[in-house]
Amino acid sequence: MNITVRIWRQHDQTAAGQMVSYRVDGVSPDMSFLEMLDVLNDQLSAAGDDPVAFDHDCREGICGMCSLVINGIAHGPEALTTTCQLYMRHFNDGDTIDIEPWRSASFPILRDLIVDRSALDRIIQAGGYISAPTGSAPDAAATLVPKKDADRAFDAAVCIGCGACIAACPNGSGMLFTGAKANHLGVLPQGQPERHERALAMVNQHDAEGFGGCTQIGECTAVCPVGIPLDMISFLNADVLSALPKENT
Amino acid sequence: MEPLFTVGEPIQDAKAPAGPLQDQWETRRFGAKLINPANRRKLSVIIVGTGLAGSSAAATLGEAGYHVKSFCYQDSPRRAHSIAAQGGINAAKNYRNDGDSIRRLFYDTVKGGDYRSRESNVYRLAEVSSAIIDQCVAQGVPFARDYGGLLDTRSFGGVQVSRTFYARGQTGQQLLLGAYQALERQVSAGTVEVHTRHEMLELIVIDGLARGVVVRDLVDGTLETHLADAVVLATGGYGNVYHLSTNAMGCNTSATWRAHRKGALFANPCFTQIHPTCIPVSGEHQSKLTLMSESLRNDGRIWVPVQAGDTRAPGDIPKDERDYYLERQYPAFGNLVPRDVASRAAKNQCDAGRGVGPGGRGVYLDLADAITRLGRDAIEEKYGNLLDMYQKITDEDPYRSPMRIYPAVHYTMGGLWVDYDLESTIPGLFVIGEANYSDHGANRLGASALMQGLADGYFILPNTINDYLAKNPVGTADSSHPEAVKALETVRERLNRFLSIAGNRTVDSFHKELGAIVWEYCGMERNAEGLEHAVGLIRALKAEFWLDVKVTGMNEELNQTLERAGRVADFFELAELMCIDALHRGESCGSHFRTESQTGDGEALRNDDAFAYVAAWEFTGEGSPPRLRKENLEYHNVELAQRSYK
Repeated sequence: MNITVRIWRQHDQTAAGQMVSYRVDGVSPDMSFLEMLDVLNDQLSAAGDDPVAFDHDCREGICGMCSLVINGIAHGPEALTTTCQLYMRHFNDGDTIDIEPWRSASFPILRDLIVDRSALDRIIQAGGYISAPTGSAPDAAATLVPKKDADRAFDAAVCIGCGACIAACPNGSGMLFTGAKANHLGVLPQGQPERHERALAMVNQHDAEGFGGCTQIGECTAVCPVGIPLDMISFLNADVLSALPKENT
Repeated sequence: MEPLFTVGEPIQDAKAPAGPLQDQWETRRFGAKLINPANRRKLSVIIVGTGLAGSSAAATLGEAGYHVKSFCYQDSPRRAHSIAAQGGINAAKNYRNDGDSIRRLFYDTVKGGDYRSRESNVYRLAEVSSAIIDQCVAQGVPFARDYGGLLDTRSFGGVQVSRTFYARGQTGQQLLLGAYQALERQVSAGTVEVHTRHEMLELIVIDGLARGVVVRDLVDGTLETHLADAVVLATGGYGNVYHLSTNAMGCNTSATWRAHRKGALFANPCFTQIHPTCIPVSGEHQSKLTLMSESLRNDGRIWVPVQAGDTRAPGDIPKDERDYYLERQYPAFGNLVPRDVASRAAKNQCDAGRGVGPGGRGVYLDLADAITRLGRDAIEEKYGNLLDMYQKITDEDPYRSPMRIYPAVHYTMGGLWVDYDLESTIPGLFVIGEANYSDHGANRLGASALMQGLADGYFILPNTINDYLAKNPVGTADSSHPEAVKALETVRERLNRFLSIAGNRTVDSFHKELGAIVWEYCGMERNAEGLEHAVGLIRALKAEFWLDVKVTGMNEELNQTLERAGRVADFFELAELMCIDALHRGESCGSHFRTESQTGDGEALRNDDAFAYVAAWEFTGEGSPPRLRKENLEYHNVELAQRSYK
């Protein structure tokens, strides 16, 4: 396959950027999308040009490092798929593909397709944990967890923290990310003591980072590569409301 | 010709306490000096790497009150490659009442490692395994549970009990998020500072003690020196020396190799694990390989066509024309033989022409019988995410036709040598997790890497590093100290050298060629002739690299090519040492299969009289042969036996 890509190039955080076209020939349908970019970068390096900078690491869909808005969709056209698990067989010979970084004011561009997502770490720092210092734990079997609660916690805990939900949201909201963490910890018995304060602290940090509010549009869950459902946000909102009266007394 | 290596003095003392095995850890903890909480605040520890070992150590030392500086090359600590571990974590809980115990986990691990690990360390690992599960559950790790709400377990290769705790096929992710959240909690508490997108490029040693690191800010190229009272490396394994592996793209040996060059011994570098169940290579463009968890061998049956060159679709091959070769050759363990055994068996089938798929480099892993027995839903519940991943990569449906798998590089048992305290031969430099060589001998059992990483980080290092710090060994020094300045200059000169070569070949082309050499001659099978040949090839390619590599851009910017150049340059040096180590060890053991040393039916033949030792290598200078320092292994609690899984 021969492909044309139009890629956002930007030297650093303060430089101006622009879309630049490149042709990539000899693309195999069995290549992953990032392997296609590897081929492009090999071409650019051989010609002495700067390769395109993009984030990636595990290339098996779990580390959350890869990003990319592909033809206007975060992580590209395949549902429930990270960019690194997207394969060229989903494109056609002769296609032109637009590739942009995550678009959010709270994710400043560092270079080309790489953005700074440290705001997500700061939301976790604000409360996305259960306080369980090493050594303090009771026996693992001491607390029974109903299977449905364990499964619900797991469904929330699979969030890979990639930030696609934010890149896709017209409001630039990070409530799906935040809601997933509130659910993961909030449905487990171990997470009850800090449950409501945790939700409130994370939402406050979320707002302080400049992420927008949620108006239940649902673009976030549509692009989420691990299928975090929208009702995670309802759960988060309920917990925040529960925390507010306590905070005011 | 100059000899490839020289032999130095054996290592006299690995510092394991005397006395019965089951008392040693208690003895050591009681003997270790303590530091009162008010004084801990004045002490600082650098921890490089934020995987299971690094994150859990940083969180725990932060909770204890030390000032911790944590570094990772990724954009968040949560992205370290522990996140990709799939199958599970072992613990001797005996919740199944199936005869498990600390002693059995200890025994299985020593045997699985083909008797090339240290008894004292392995026993301690088994001892703390239960507390890890407790700790993770308390943090909210959503392990699989049964309908009564109790924790579920499954079996892994090389054992006959069910002691592996799991969270679907994403156990590493859930354990790492638990450790990551504990770490971020300490960031918020002010005890830990995390430096993301920073890569360690040099170790700073002052007066013989590890005192700090030189790191490069990967966003703008700034070189920084950081000093502390002790340094901990938790930087993972070196599987990417093979270019294609199941490791993340960024995994590298630079931190451990730089420490090796500064005096830390590197142990058993040739012990590298080739995992039997990975998705086969699909073409030249391949950038990495993807594991399919060993847990699939609980329910999947491995087979090849009986007839070599059989090109029929798998569904058209009747049962009596299939060879379920693991079940046939190893009736006691069947599909659950250890990884080294399963990998070599797959290679032998493919070498005999019975391989399937493109190039004949694959065997079938077939879930059909399990789907018939348990139903599709049950299989989806257990392995759904793995099977989805398989389908995305191969465009084939594993619920309908058998998966094709082939062995791939997955884990490295070798690493920096450490004593019982997890301290390297540079005082004040501790090494934890996959970065050290410690507990797995010549072959690691499935679901034991997560156990070791968290054992080291949560429970072992925090109980030994205090003994070092309590002695208050270091004087004051800051980044103006001559050794710190020198280390920084060394790094700067090396980066400038990469940028000034301006040759014709890309970094990746060198990495691919190096990987192909190491895979061919130091992969699943090794022999003396091939290894000697490989050393020559590696040296020639390394020389070419330093003359003809092309690194674009400059240092003072985000430059991913420059990052890779440094990693590949270190892989060259490590690759040579791996081959020398493999060459000198003229026996087969575990993952290390020397064709010259096998039993009548093709199994690994150990030579305990000559090789019952850890081979720890000392760096003696650029271009100078490394010096072998042996740590002799003594077994008082298990009987050395020819490993058998039949």
